[in-house]
Amino acid sequence: METFLQFLFSGLTVGAVYAIVALGFTIIYNASDVINFAQGEFVMLGGMCTVFFSLWGLPLPVAAVAAVIATSLLGVALNKLAIEPARGANVVTLIIITIGASIFLRGLAQVVFDKQFHRLPSFSGDTPIDVLGATLTPQSLWVMGGAAVIVVLLWYFFTRTTFGKSILATSHNRLAARLVGINVELVLLASFALSAAIGALAGILVTPITLTSFDAGTMLALKGFAAAILGGMGNPLGAVVGGLLVGVAEAMGAGYLSSEYKDAVAFVIILAVLFVLPSGLFGRRGTERV
Amino acid sequence: MSLIDCLKGTAAIAAVFALSIAWTAGEAAAQIKVGSVLSITGPASFLGDPAEKTLRMYVERINEAGGVNGEPLELIVYDSEGDANKARTLATRLIEDDKIVAMVGGSTTGTTMAMSPLFEDAEIPFISLAGGIVIIDPVNPYVFKTPHTDRMACEKVYEDMQARGLSKVGLISGTGGFGKSMRSQCLDVAEDYGIEIVADETYGPRDTDMTPQLTNIRNASDLQAVLNPGFGQGPAIVTKNFAQLGIAVPLYQSHGVASKSFIELAGAAAEGVRLPASALLVAEQLSEDDSQRQVVVDYKTAFEAEWNRPVSTFGGHAYDGLMILVDAMQRSGGSDPQELRDAIEETSGFMGTAGEVNMSPDDHMGLDLTAFRMLEIRDGDWTIVQ
Repeated sequence: METFLQFLFSGLTVGAVYAIVALGFTIIYNASDVINFAQGEFVMLGGMCTVFFSLWGLPLPVAAVAAVIATSLLGVALNKLAIEPARGANVVTLIIITIGASIFLRGLAQVVFDKQFHRLPSFSGDTPIDVLGATLTPQSLWVMGGAAVIVVLLWYFFTRTTFGKSILATSHNRLAARLVGINVELVLLASFALSAAIGALAGILVTPITLTSFDAGTMLALKGFAAAILGGMGNPLGAVVGGLLVGVAEAMGAGYLSSEYKDAVAFVIILAVLFVLPSGLFGRRGTERV
Repeated sequence: MSLIDCLKGTAAIAAVFALSIAWTAGEAAAQIKVGSVLSITGPASFLGDPAEKTLRMYVERINEAGGVNGEPLELIVYDSEGDANKARTLATRLIEDDKIVAMVGGSTTGTTMAMSPLFEDAEIPFISLAGGIVIIDPVNPYVFKTPHTDRMACEKVYEDMQARGLSKVGLISGTGGFGKSMRSQCLDVAEDYGIEIVADETYGPRDTDMTPQLTNIRNASDLQAVLNPGFGQGPAIVTKNFAQLGIAVPLYQSHGVASKSFIELAGAAAEGVRLPASALLVAEQLSEDDSQRQVVVDYKTAFEAEWNRPVSTFGGHAYDGLMILVDAMQRSGGSDPQELRDAIEETSGFMGTAGEVNMSPDDHMGLDLTAFRMLEIRDGDWTIVQ
């Protein structure tokens, strides 16, 4: 039982991170149909900027806020400089642009910061919390709590605020949204800023646990993308469930089967689900309009 | 993606070539040409970068002091970016176009193994700076190496465990090249030291949480110690997870994380961790009568003064390689590759940053276990375990 709980905690912590990354994919996908492969770099930038801002003398909370702002500005710049000029281009082209952006951001981080690994201190100490014989670090609670807060805020934003609803409207039908007076450019800009901010926040929350370096985003983007696909691309609830599922599957795979195959376990589950439900667990059923 | 990578790579190589051409053009003829292919950028840059800085610095110093046997050295450095194919191409270039007399380089075992056949064919001595035991076992007549092998690291750790009466060991290894190779060596020599491996877990190079694997190790019966072969951020995370789970046995890390950044990354969890490492790490702590003290303190001071950054073991390997070569040049009185090879093989009593080197036709590394120091992390710093 302790062993199972320990695996579960490990899986939920990692899974919460995947879930936040998957949410970032979801927001941009909903607003623009683009899968933003630079999402992992937002996570990396959140962590790295915080590390370096605090090295340059800012107190940690200020550094964290500054990092979130800096990353969302970068998200806005990415949209303005790379995505917007290519508007009208095929979605595949836009996706390739985001891959280019991710390589560029990684290179930039290498030059501006450095190539070493960095850490942040845990927010509330390193004393493990004992839960029924299994242990949990306070930082894991921060990660899971942070993910929960982000989900609730997003839910509120998308269902209860006019601006949130206008993003949803744009995702459903861009032309119709424009016709009813929604500023589509602003919506796109906001979705990139929001997605970058969420990614940065995830980066700050996990850096005390996972450490960070200029290339830390690649793997997270891959796992987060897998989680988003598993949950059904475009569905926020699916992103969260998908993220947690991938995380827990990995931890259980590493614990009960073999650590060599833990990534395989997660991906086999994804393949199996997609085989039965091609649009993911909570995805829109693929009805083609003729 | 591959196109962009490819363009990036081409641009980088072009820049390196342009630099090295511009740099060689300014030098006069009649020099002893020493080549080097290092992983200066790319994933293994932490190996190649300090090595390059060390070679440049010492070649300059040697030339200022009048060169070797009255002739200045000319150092030709290329960047393999850690890519074995690229390393092979660059080695060919060194041999055929630059006509070097010897090579000090090869940051990783992979790049070294890709280059060694070329040097054997060309009959030019090659002193490698990589760790893998496969480089010198079986012996290639033209290939030598300066760092300790991972097999020796296992032996050093087991020796210490024996001294503490620990025999049931749990292994948790990274699946990167380093961790994989050291894991198999550690499994191989365990029996010689009466060590029983009671758990054998692994983790991927980019994994961020190893508590499941460590939980399984904790559940192994009679566990007395845990050993973690690996480098990069993995061992720091293992160390933190180890503390989180409150596993009450000693934790050993490998020489792969023997740098200050490991202590910084793992934080308080690193307290009490032991690992085998080169004397360079504890240069100032060595006793005054330690015959290695002079060499390591001198190298450390010189490197840190010139580059204004902490010294690394990997730069030390390059220092050893270059000095072994210079020593061989002085003894052979010339720079004929064949004579150099013979002289390098006869190296004896040479004191380097990795320890005392005594080479022979069957041992192209020449180090023994005394070259490693067993260190323990106490109060966020290294202490030598007596």
